[in-house]
Amino acid sequence: MTKVISSLRYSKEHEWVQQLEGNRVRIGISDYAQKALGDIVFVENPAIDDEVTVNESMGTIESVKAVSELYSPVSGTVVTVNEELEGAPETINEHPFEAGWLVEVEMSNPEELDSLLNEDEYQAFTNEGEE
Amino acid sequence: MGTETALKQTPLFEVYKKYGAKVIDFGGWALPVQFTSILEEHEAVRTEAGLFDVSHMGEVLVEGKDAESYINYLVTNDVTKLSINQAQYTAMCYPDGGTVDDLLVYKLGNEKYLLVINAANIEKDYEWMKQHVKGEMALQNISEDIAQLAIQGPKAESILQKLTEIDLSEIGSFKFAQHVSISGITDILVSRTGYTGENGYELYLAADKAVVLWEKLLEAGTTNGLQPCGLGARDTLRLEARLALYGQELSNNISPLEAGIGFVVKTNKESDFIGKSALTAQKKAGLKRKLVGIEVTGRGIPRHGYKVISKGGEEIGIVTSGTQSPSLKKSLGLALISADQAEVGAPIKVEIRNKMIEAVIVNAPFYKR
Repeated sequence: MTKVISSLRYSKEHEWVQQLEGNRVRIGISDYAQKALGDIVFVENPAIDDEVTVNESMGTIESVKAVSELYSPVSGTVVTVNEELEGAPETINEHPFEAGWLVEVEMSNPEELDSLLNEDEYQAFTNEGEE
Repeated sequence: MGTETALKQTPLFEVYKKYGAKVIDFGGWALPVQFTSILEEHEAVRTEAGLFDVSHMGEVLVEGKDAESYINYLVTNDVTKLSINQAQYTAMCYPDGGTVDDLLVYKLGNEKYLLVINAANIEKDYEWMKQHVKGEMALQNISEDIAQLAIQGPKAESILQKLTEIDLSEIGSFKFAQHVSISGITDILVSRTGYTGENGYELYLAADKAVVLWEKLLEAGTTNGLQPCGLGARDTLRLEARLALYGQELSNNISPLEAGIGFVVKTNKESDFIGKSALTAQKKAGLKRKLVGIEVTGRGIPRHGYKVISKGGEEIGIVTSGTQSPSLKKSLGLALISADQAEVGAPIKVEIRNKMIEAVIVNAPFYKR
């Protein structure tokens, strides 16, 4: 079983969203996603002040073997980027929900959060994918 | 995944799960990309030892009085130079010099050879071989009857030695022994060859004995750090050692000369072979394209198919393979580029997701033991 944190919301592209104060959210990839990717060796995050759009690419994540898109789970403006990842992308494998977060975004449309999955829904969604 | 049932399986498929394998579709085969982690498995092979299931590789037996002359017409290297129990790396070419496949030729006896070919090319190669059958000889595709395990790494020899009475140190590089017993399992071909840049062995045996051998080897090797390894690590290991992969460095429109394996092309061998005149002409005229090592110094990882751009902004070739090198901790790749731009040290750019990323041409292999 992969870990799912209950206070988080999840996208079907396997990003998690943690609501911080106001319309600000922190975004990362799920434990399921980091396991599926394998050893992560490169992350290309958006830059501060970049606009991101829900379900559109906001960056790239690469494992030894493959290149994957990072899809933004919400729309808004990037306010903080986890710069530690540049030199230590493996942090995402080690701590996907904590030190391995990707970016913080100031949401332009907070209602988008409602269409994300809760813990149970995400767990069910990933179990489906495994069959 | 419902599609897995349609994929071809090796005799080891049934034990992959037990060892935690992540199984994926590798050109129609259900094969393990990793057991624990590609980086961990890569490191195990460089420092201790790794065990690979490479049973998907194809094997064709060639027997008969004319076996030698037949193979020598088919391949670019000179098989007349082989002694019994010696193996040779070679290429099979089309008349225009493009590559049908790269392969190993094992001389089992004076009129008996084993050709080991790439899994994705088994049908194509066998058809090609059948088309050129000549004289007194028989050709047999025994791919499904034969399993292959590779044990690779600095501790491979001492682990394997625990299980066999033959003296492994007597088998030199690209030499092999036949009908060897390992841990009571008989009739194994033990070859000092590999695809990792490390010392090690490739073991060929009857498919129905493969599971037992796999388990015996892992059991004997645990205390020496032997780990089951997937094809993910096999790929990063071979890339660091600059070993060509068919479909990337080699293809029907890339000649072995261009791919940097000119040492297998013996245009001066006496007998004719398929592609001889085209390859001789390529040598004479000078190569238009050349395989080089590249190091990406900007932020990014070179991947198969990415464009290589000269300092002046002109497209000069493509990346054939690339990765974040686990041993060298650098972003490295191989690229097939215009020969007149292929100078080591020259600054180039790799186009990664519409961005021009700084890179430089470097010497390869990147890793030598």
